Amino acid sequence: MRPIINIENVGKQYRIASERRAAYATLREALVGSFNASLKRLSGRGDTAEDKTFWALRGIDLDVYPGERLGIVGCNGAGKSTLLKILSRITEPTEGRARLYGRVGSLLEVGTGFHGELTGRENIYLNGAILGMKHAEIARNFDEIVAFAEMDRFLNTPVKRYSSGMYMRLAFAVAAHLQPEILIVDEVLAVGDASFQRKCLGKMSQVSRDGRTVIFVSHNMTAVQNLCSRVLWLDGGRVVAEGEPSRVINDYLRTTLTTMSQHTWSDPATAPGNDKVRMRRVAVQPSDGTLQDHLTVRTPLRVSFEYWNHIAGARLNLSVVIRTEEGHPIFSTSSSRDPEWSGKPFPAGLFRSSFEIPGDLLNDGVHRVELKIRRNEKELLYQHDDILIFDVLDAVEEGTVWFGKWVGAVRPALQWQTGLIEERRHSTV
Amino acid sequence: MTLIPGESVRGVPPTVEEPPAPFDASAALPDEPLVVIEQRRSWFSIDIAEVWRNRELLYFLMWRDIKIRYKQTVLGAAWAVLQPAFMMLIFTLVFGRLAGVSGGVPYPLFALAGLVPWTFFANAVANSGNSLVSNVNLVTKVYFPRVIMPAAAVLSGIVDLALAVVLLGGMMLYYGVRLTPHVLMLPVLFALTTLCALSTGMWMSALNVKYRDVRFALPFLIQLWLFGSSVVVPSSVVPPHLRWLLNLNPMSAIIEGCRAALFSTPFHWQALGIATALTMVGFIVAAHFFRNTERSFADFI
Repeated sequence: MRPIINIENVGKQYRIASERRAAYATLREALVGSFNASLKRLSGRGDTAEDKTFWALRGIDLDVYPGERLGIVGCNGAGKSTLLKILSRITEPTEGRARLYGRVGSLLEVGTGFHGELTGRENIYLNGAILGMKHAEIARNFDEIVAFAEMDRFLNTPVKRYSSGMYMRLAFAVAAHLQPEILIVDEVLAVGDASFQRKCLGKMSQVSRDGRTVIFVSHNMTAVQNLCSRVLWLDGGRVVAEGEPSRVINDYLRTTLTTMSQHTWSDPATAPGNDKVRMRRVAVQPSDGTLQDHLTVRTPLRVSFEYWNHIAGARLNLSVVIRTEEGHPIFSTSSSRDPEWSGKPFPAGLFRSSFEIPGDLLNDGVHRVELKIRRNEKELLYQHDDILIFDVLDAVEEGTVWFGKWVGAVRPALQWQTGLIEERRHSTV
Repeated sequence: MTLIPGESVRGVPPTVEEPPAPFDASAALPDEPLVVIEQRRSWFSIDIAEVWRNRELLYFLMWRDIKIRYKQTVLGAAWAVLQPAFMMLIFTLVFGRLAGVSGGVPYPLFALAGLVPWTFFANAVANSGNSLVSNVNLVTKVYFPRVIMPAAAVLSGIVDLALAVVLLGGMMLYYGVRLTPHVLMLPVLFALTTLCALSTGMWMSALNVKYRDVRFALPFLIQLWLFGSSVVVPSSVVPPHLRWLLNLNPMSAIIEGCRAALFSTPFHWQALGIATALTMVGFIVAAHFFRNTERSFADFI
């Protein structure tokens, strides 16, 4: 199969402003600067580089095949947006070349070109034209766009009067009907609520099922895992890994999130805590796996705490609150029903307390763990917010269609039963 | 299968009968890439074919500029007429007393005949000079041939020009000036003005992206240009040995030509010829400059 995009040794270098010259140039600065530079060159000191440069991208070699859904992941500043800008022809590469064998439609920002003074209807046409759709195409899809945006009542009001939600919906609706051979999407789904994201990703899956190629940049690992057939991991402007989605995402998360899903403090002097109780290690990992595996909604998790108890005879009790990324509490649990030690006085020493969260309970997303250690059920000895942060990924089965994020803080897999109560033949009642 | 040295392998048929390939999108892929994205080294001129392909975007941007220009104003499109009208009044008050300056034509009409194309030119240059910088999000997020931006800014002034011409027609009727076939030159002159405005606009907008001084220099530059363009007084005021300086400004000859077209006075063909040549050369150079700086717009804007 021949690639529809062939990227060969692409690199992009930027000049960053040094202390002496500001990023904005005025003619005066440019003239003075070039005068100084030529003086320097004449006097033999011209080799000092005035501005620092940095490579946003370097040595990118990649082939994208038709019908592929390529996800690009990486930390902020890895060069993902720069690569998309180059493929969208907004900026030129400093070295290398990319060959495109199909037309590209880019969604680098939602609502590009919207003008506040124009009405919703006019902006649909304007935005569509800016994205590269022909007038006839927009006219044909007009009703669908309006239906997707759920905005028929407000079409004739100037967009500057819209709420931000309405604005987003309209912008997405136009963008969703863009149908180029190659669709490039850059983190536009980071804005907008969950139902929105679901709608747009649904549309993108459909676009891909039609045989078009999609390149998708996102920080939402679940979306990437569900939508993409292949994932590219960029870091520092270079390709770190590339291939099968769950493997690459797993590797990416492992390097970025390991530090948060377990902590070990080997030196009691610097470990968090006080003279009554001091932490040594905290970790969350799959119950039947190692720390290296990523966590999905299916995996049972074991959350464990190792701590020093300095006060002999204290009856210690640990309580934990699991919160969502925004901080909403999902549930709390405590060690008061521990079979071995609850109610009994603790000798001074090193303890480990852990509990298991069954699989098929937590929803996907980032979870925060808050720990409180109490003595005698009342006295708070130690509290630590966000002592652990872990990301739970959606579990993906082959061939399923993804409907988006499940609503709710938890996602238990409950057993449904359906039974026929009474069969009734078709009647004209 | 043995090959004779030098025989092309491409001519060799496959020895194995392959089953027909299932439909795949790559079968439809063109042999040559649609686009090759790389650092351009050579000098490029405007790709007319590409601009033509994107003509709908040009129309939309023109339409957008026209629609929003007078939104939420009380006087609306009347401003298109008021601008040259007020200038005409002021010039008449200040310069109209100078005897014989307008060569037999009533001074207000003389002034307006120059002001109508001039206002179009001045507004076109001002708008196109700022067009790229005021559309940052388009330049950094969407691909289209960037020349469409200054072009749309210039062309959207045509509606205002049309309205001002109506005013001019009214004035001509009022003063009872008859038209002759000379007036057929008027569209040609307007086209030349558009080209001149577009060249200047391309220069200014491209420079403005990198050097923001342009935003401040432009209004004052346009003011100076006004006085060198024979709008206020005819070129006959300038002593003959300095007249060649005036000819360096294509707008001077064009404005004079507009007046000749309306009032049926003789055309200064030599001056017009020079103006046309200057405009053409200016356009080609401006187009090259624009295309060469275009590649770094998104990086500097």
